[in-house]
This record gives sequence, C-alpha cells and structure tokens, in this order.
Amino acid sequence: MNSKTRIEAEQAAIAQRSDWLGILSRSIGSELEELAVPFAAGLAFEWLRVPDVGLVMVRGRAGGTGNVFNLGEMTVARASIRLADGTVGHGYVQGRDKRQAELAAIIDALLQHPDHYQEIMAKVIEPLRQRAEARRLAKSRKAAATKVEFFTMVRGEDPA
Amino acid sequence: MAYVAVKGGEQAILNTHKLISESRRGNPDLAELTLAQISEQFALAVDRVMTEGSVYDRELAALALKQAQGDAVEAIFLLRAYRTTLPRIALSEPIDTAKMTIRRRISATFKDIPGGQVLGPTYDYTHRLLDFALAAEGLERPNAELAREPLDGATPRVIDLLDSEGLIEAESDDRAGECFDLTREPMRFPAGRDQRLQNLARGDEGFMLGLAYSTVRGYGGAHPFVGELRVGEIEVEIVPEELGFPIVVAEVTVTECQMINQFRGTAATPPQFTRGYGLAFGHNERKAMAMSLVDRAMRARELGEDVRYPAQDEEFVLSHTDNVEASGMVSHFKLPHYVDFQAELALVRQLRAEHAVTRAEAQMKEVAE
Repeated sequence: MNSKTRIEAEQAAIAQRSDWLGILSRSIGSELEELAVPFAAGLAFEWLRVPDVGLVMVRGRAGGTGNVFNLGEMTVARASIRLADGTVGHGYVQGRDKRQAELAAIIDALLQHPDHYQEIMAKVIEPLRQRAEARRLAKSRKAAATKVEFFTMVRGEDPA
Repeated sequence: MAYVAVKGGEQAILNTHKLISESRRGNPDLAELTLAQISEQFALAVDRVMTEGSVYDRELAALALKQAQGDAVEAIFLLRAYRTTLPRIALSEPIDTAKMTIRRRISATFKDIPGGQVLGPTYDYTHRLLDFALAAEGLERPNAELAREPLDGATPRVIDLLDSEGLIEAESDDRAGECFDLTREPMRFPAGRDQRLQNLARGDEGFMLGLAYSTVRGYGGAHPFVGELRVGEIEVEIVPEELGFPIVVAEVTVTECQMINQFRGTAATPPQFTRGYGLAFGHNERKAMAMSLVDRAMRARELGEDVRYPAQDEEFVLSHTDNVEASGMVSHFKLPHYVDFQAELALVRQLRAEHAVTRAEAQMKEVAE
C-alpha cells in the first residue's frame, strides 16, 4: 500500500469512527441500553477513565460567521475503557448519564474489531441513526406545515 | 464600615428549611410535579434557566425550577452554583447556525427567502385570550399537522443575501478563534465584542428587554429590522484530546437573531447596514432579539457614533446584566446589618445633637443683634 492510499484509508477510518461516536453521543439513554446490552453484557474490560460528568463550553460566532464568543456550557458524560485484547473505546454522551457513557465506550471499542463491526453497525448504530432521523423528519414535517406565504397588500396610490 | 456577621439562630434556620420544603410541595393531596413534566410542559421556563444559568441541561434546569418553586432568577442562581462543581472538559468548535435543522425561521425584511418563511411553534399570531379549555384535564389537544415533505436541508442565512451586494457589513473571523471567557477572567473595559456577547447571552432577559426597548424609544436612535430569526437544532462538535479528531457530542436547540440597523456611512465607508447579533439556548426569541439590539447599541464606539445613552454604555450595561450578581447585591440588604446600623444610628444622633447646638447658637446671635 503506498503512502497516499494509506493516508486515505486512515482518514476514512477516522471519518467512520467519528460518525459512530456522533450517533452514540446523541442517542437516547434507554434506546442505547436496549440495543447495546446484548453486546456489552458480561464483557470483560478495564476502566481507563471511570464515567464522569463535565462541561463543554459551546461557542458561537458574532453574526453567525464572525469572531468566536462563548455562548454557555452544556453537560457531557464520558468514559474510557480497554477490552481484554487492548482495544481502547471512548464514550462521550450529551447530558449526565454515566451508564450511557460506559455503553458508548464499550460499543466504540467493539466497533474497532473487524469481527464485530458489521453486526454492531447493523444492530446498534444504524437503528439509532434511523430513530434519530425519524424524529428529525417528523419535526421538520411539522415545521414545514407552518410554512407561510406573505403577500404585500397593494395600496390605492400604487399604479396597477 | 464593613459587614459584621451575626451568629445564632440555628434552630430557626433549620425550621425554615423544613417550612420551605412544605411550602414548595404545596397541597399534599395533589400529585407532585416530576422533572419530566416541568421539562416538557414548562419548556420555555426551562430554556430561560438554561440560557441565563449558562448550562444546557434540561433536567438540571427543571430541577432548579422545581426547587425554586418556579422562581426563574432563583433557579438560575442554583444552576450557576451547580456548574462550579463540574470540570470543563472541552471547548466546542464554533457552532454553524447555517446548518441548523430549522423549526422556525422568519424574516421581516424579505418575504421571499430561499428555504421559505416557517412560522413553527409561535404565540405571535394567537389572540392572547385565556384558553379555558386548558384548565380542563383529560381533554384531547390538537395535534400538529404533518406536511408531506420536510423542509429543505440547507437554509442559507437571509443576511447573506445583502452581504453578497456589500449592502451590509461583513462578519468575518479576524481573531483566529481566540475569545474572552467571563467564567475564567474578570470583566475588562473597553470590552471586546466576544466579551460583550458572552455577557449578554448570560444576562437577565428582563433587563435586556428594557434596555433594548430604550434604544428604539429615543435612547439609542435604533431603527431595526429583523433580518432573520431562526430556532432549531444544531450539532455541537468537540475534538477530544485522546482522539485528536472532531466528534459530534450533542445536539442543542438555539435561537438566533440577526438584527439589521441603519448606518449613515463616513467619509471613508459608503453607507451600509450594520448588524446586531443575538444567540440563546433553547427557544428564547425575546431574549435573542433584545440581545441583538443591545449588542448593536454597544457597538456605538467602534462604529464612530456618539455614546450618549445607557444602552450604548458598555460599562453600565455589562456591569448590570447578571441577575445572580444583581439579586445577590439587592437581596443582601435584608440580612442582619445590626452593627452597621448601630454605627449609623450613633452617627445620626451625634449629627442631630451638633445641629441643635449650632442652631441654638445662631438663634442667640440673632437675638443679640
């Protein structure tokens, strides 16, 4: 493999992992629990970081495109684990659910295994993505039903 | 003189804690409110507490509101106090509001905008008549209509339509992402726009609304237009140290207001519209709009305008927006000030005695003359 294709392969792997971590972070705790437990139950791992809760400062831009400013913070729970074979998994989730962060870290580690990748993508990540997308679609269709056409009234003095 | 503390009263204080607990609960024959109920059904109160408490966490904000019996300012204080117990994990990448999943988006400047005008959930076109149907329990409430298709994925900013013609000042990042953090550094004057916007974002909605109102009533000469107001969900990205690449860590609801204002122009710059910006957590239109008006008013100095009115005076505005500080200062006057007051009392007595002597002497002098 030449260096260009190796870099491309690495970037593709990073994009993939970033994608699943993003799906896990925005999951609903109970949904992740339901889908992830069949893979996580009884699995041996050690903690690299026991689940904890912290803050992320959310930043905006003046005018949407200008200089950066601090809008306010949000809560995030995180955890890191290492599987028996040495694979490291990191979990970041919105809010303060430590169990959800633990499950996200375990799923992240398992997804890095070629043996588990396809099954977990199909049984955990894709269902989470589809449910989130269905909720987004429903919201967007409700908003779309309130789309409005305003007409400017023609006043008497205006020429026809 | 400095405040002199008192001690004692432990039993009374313990008892007042029990009494407040009972008052908070109200009639025990009624069901107790759950945090989910507060979060779902008092969603706008939760949004305000998250914005001014400066922590996006619906459950914590709902808890704060429950504990404070619905008192928003007290709830904001509780949330601010809690945030000090948590470590800072990361700074997010700046959010891109052009990528928002839109739930509401309107413009008062153009009626035909790419992506369309979307009213979303709003009280704007309601009659403001009390709805007694809501007083009845167990009634079926109307459900939202579903359009056949969702909204267009990409919804460009309305303000960019003017930007392309150069009719409005451009906003670009000339500080390479560096920004002031009020939670880490004390306020500085003159304040940069980053410091001002953070301060306004956390600031009290009522104070901001009053100031914004003053700018359009003659104490600021503003003649604003809402270029765009949008509400929706936005992804928050961080780059965790151990990963070294960006991941989406959350999706938050924000309200953004782009306010357009007139500008005469100078010898060097041709006439051009100027901008004020408002951004708040949750659905918080009044706050975002007021913030954008006050932001524009405080830009007077950098735009070469006279600083004549309260809303244009950044030291006045920024020092008084924070309702935790403001209510702390105002509220502390009800704490025991016995020693201070004794000192004042003695002083007034002494001054009165001296006054009486001086007057008597003056009268005797008059009589003598």
